[in-house]
Amino acid sequence: MDKKLALTLYQKMLQLREFELKVQELYRRGLLPGFVHLYVGEEAVAVGVCANLQPTDLVYSTHRGHGHALAKGVPGREVMAELWGKSTSSSGGRGGSMHMYAPEYGFMGTNGIVGAGIPLATGAALSAQLRKSGQVVVAFFGDGAVNSGSFHEGLNFGAVWNLPVVYVCENNLYATEMAFRRATKNTSVQSRAAAYKLPGVEVDGSDVVAIHAAARAAIEQARSGGGPTLIEAKTYRFVGHHEGDPGTSYRTREEVEEWKGRCPIKSLRNKLLQDGGVSLESVEQVEREVHEWLDEAVQFARESPEPEASTVYDHIYS
Amino acid sequence: MPEQLREISYVDAGVEALREEMQRDSTIVYIGQGIGPRGGNFRQTRGLCPEFGEERLRDTGICELGATGVAIGAAMAGSRAIVDEVFLDFSLEAMTQIIQQAANICYSSNGKIRAPVLVRSAMGSVRNAGPHHSHCFYGWFASTPGLKVVTPATPYDVKGLLKSSLREECPVIFIEHKALYNSKEMIPEGEYLIPLGEARIHREGRDITLVGISKMVHIALEAAAALEKEGISAEVIDPRTIVPLDRARIAASIKKTGRIAVIDEAPAMCGFAGEVVALACEECFDALDSPPLRICSLPIPSPFSPVLESQVIPTAERVVKEVRKLMEN
Ligand SMILES: Cc1ncc(C[n+]2csc(CCOP(=O)(O)OP(=O)(O)O)c2C)c(N)n1
Ligand SMILES: [Mg+2]
Repeated sequence: MDKKLALTLYQKMLQLREFELKVQELYRRGLLPGFVHLYVGEEAVAVGVCANLQPTDLVYSTHRGHGHALAKGVPGREVMAELWGKSTSSSGGRGGSMHMYAPEYGFMGTNGIVGAGIPLATGAALSAQLRKSGQVVVAFFGDGAVNSGSFHEGLNFGAVWNLPVVYVCENNLYATEMAFRRATKNTSVQSRAAAYKLPGVEVDGSDVVAIHAAARAAIEQARSGGGPTLIEAKTYRFVGHHEGDPGTSYRTREEVEEWKGRCPIKSLRNKLLQDGGVSLESVEQVEREVHEWLDEAVQFARESPEPEASTVYDHIYS
Repeated sequence: MPEQLREISYVDAGVEALREEMQRDSTIVYIGQGIGPRGGNFRQTRGLCPEFGEERLRDTGICELGATGVAIGAAMAGSRAIVDEVFLDFSLEAMTQIIQQAANICYSSNGKIRAPVLVRSAMGSVRNAGPHHSHCFYGWFASTPGLKVVTPATPYDVKGLLKSSLREECPVIFIEHKALYNSKEMIPEGEYLIPLGEARIHREGRDITLVGISKMVHIALEAAAALEKEGISAEVIDPRTIVPLDRARIAASIKKTGRIAVIDEAPAMCGFAGEVVALACEECFDALDSPPLRICSLPIPSPFSPVLESQVIPTAERVVKEVRKLMEN
């Protein structure tokens, strides 16, 4: 394990975790409008994948997308400001949690429509191929998307046109309360890649180093003209589907606890300290930095101005 | 020297616009079923593939949802995309991508992401195709903020509007009419553009304003000719684009004639005709000599039988009859 890389991945995952827990707190206090779906427990997937991307590469995300945005490099203060509906974020408070865009960081949007990002990412990859831009596009989506037409049609296009796109399924076993095994007979997402003659890879979604390696291979393949890969990351959300759902009426407490025991952040921390040769001091230093970063983000968002009411008509067409 | 004119068909005018714009703008990619070597189900891309190649004219399988999403994604990322649904009816498969993604993206991203995608299709009843291939639901798009909706009625308009639409920064729903593909008109030899949002006055008149789009322009013109023989002078206006709507020209005409009838191939409920009637009431209330009139397709699923179908869609005879009645009151 590369010590420096591992510490960076640890820091990034911790940012995502602490950010979401803060959002949860602010939301419960009634400070954030709208709806939020938190990424708690799944951090290793976004972080492991996005660590391999260039700033100009593109990411299409989902309704559970704060983590993807942060991992792609959108500053925490901007993501927080957007959740607060403030004017200082990239989307200027027009989008919110499920419609957040920051193209200057290659972040092409969270999405309120399950599956919709898959054809969009595929199209962005077509554009990259036509423009010979060298960009790679990543589509994140949940297990809930893979029974939709968008998944099938998107992957089929990516495959037949050999596009520079990587499909990353975050299989957290549930789509709202619907268990994946109740929604489909074939519960191996990765196996579906064969239907499109694509490589499929299953990876432990709690192991950021494993995800990093799998994503690196897929991204390199896409960039060098080798076409798409379907990655299935087996993961779990430690929280409810959205803030307000306790998430325990359709999942047993034992199951939730078991997955929490495999926390990607805790296990990397232990690994770093035990056999990674990283000192407790440097780990705690990283943790302090994350908290300062988060405090700054919250303060920025809280103090940011609301959008001017008079701008309501701006940017409908351009 | 007078402008050189030549005759061209509605479908060829579209091909010509595409050729000129694809030559001018190398970022244009055209996606759809049968639009490559085949040259289009309606011949609407005939000759383009040999010139621009299969890189830019991308034939697809039967997957309108995916193809439309791919086109929008390509547009978001720096290309200009055309997706051809072939029949307007088939765009229903792709509606979520058009309405939820394409229409919202610019606004939600605070203007940072544009989706210059042109969704092309052909609508309307032709040769008794029946309910799955005859729809005219442009109103659904027109009621969605963020989309522009273009419905040309003649070859001249097809060419100028398609070229302009391919220079817009936003998604454009470009709907041709199947029954018009073989119609002909004289158009200028050289390049020209028609801005979106400018109505065309096809015929001047004093007694009533007839507003129609697409094929209904021709029904209105036929009716106007018949009404003239009865001493009724009808003005015929084609807004050409539903969004943006040329409210000023339409209102000016209504104020001049004092009467308005809208002819619409879609059913009346919540539709284009009602929108123009609302405009008349809002902007021309004092000038109206009679209640605004809607002459629309009947609220009936498109019947197959030629006898039944002919009952549903407005005809020149029906327009004449209803206008005559209106004028008598
Ligand atoms: C097309 C569509 N149908 C239904 C919904 C409502 N919905 C929002 S999230 C969600 C579950 C998605 O599950 P999954 O894709 O597995 O992602 P997860 O929430 O588990 O991260 C549903 C059903 C939606 N947003 N879009
Ligand atoms: Mg899920």
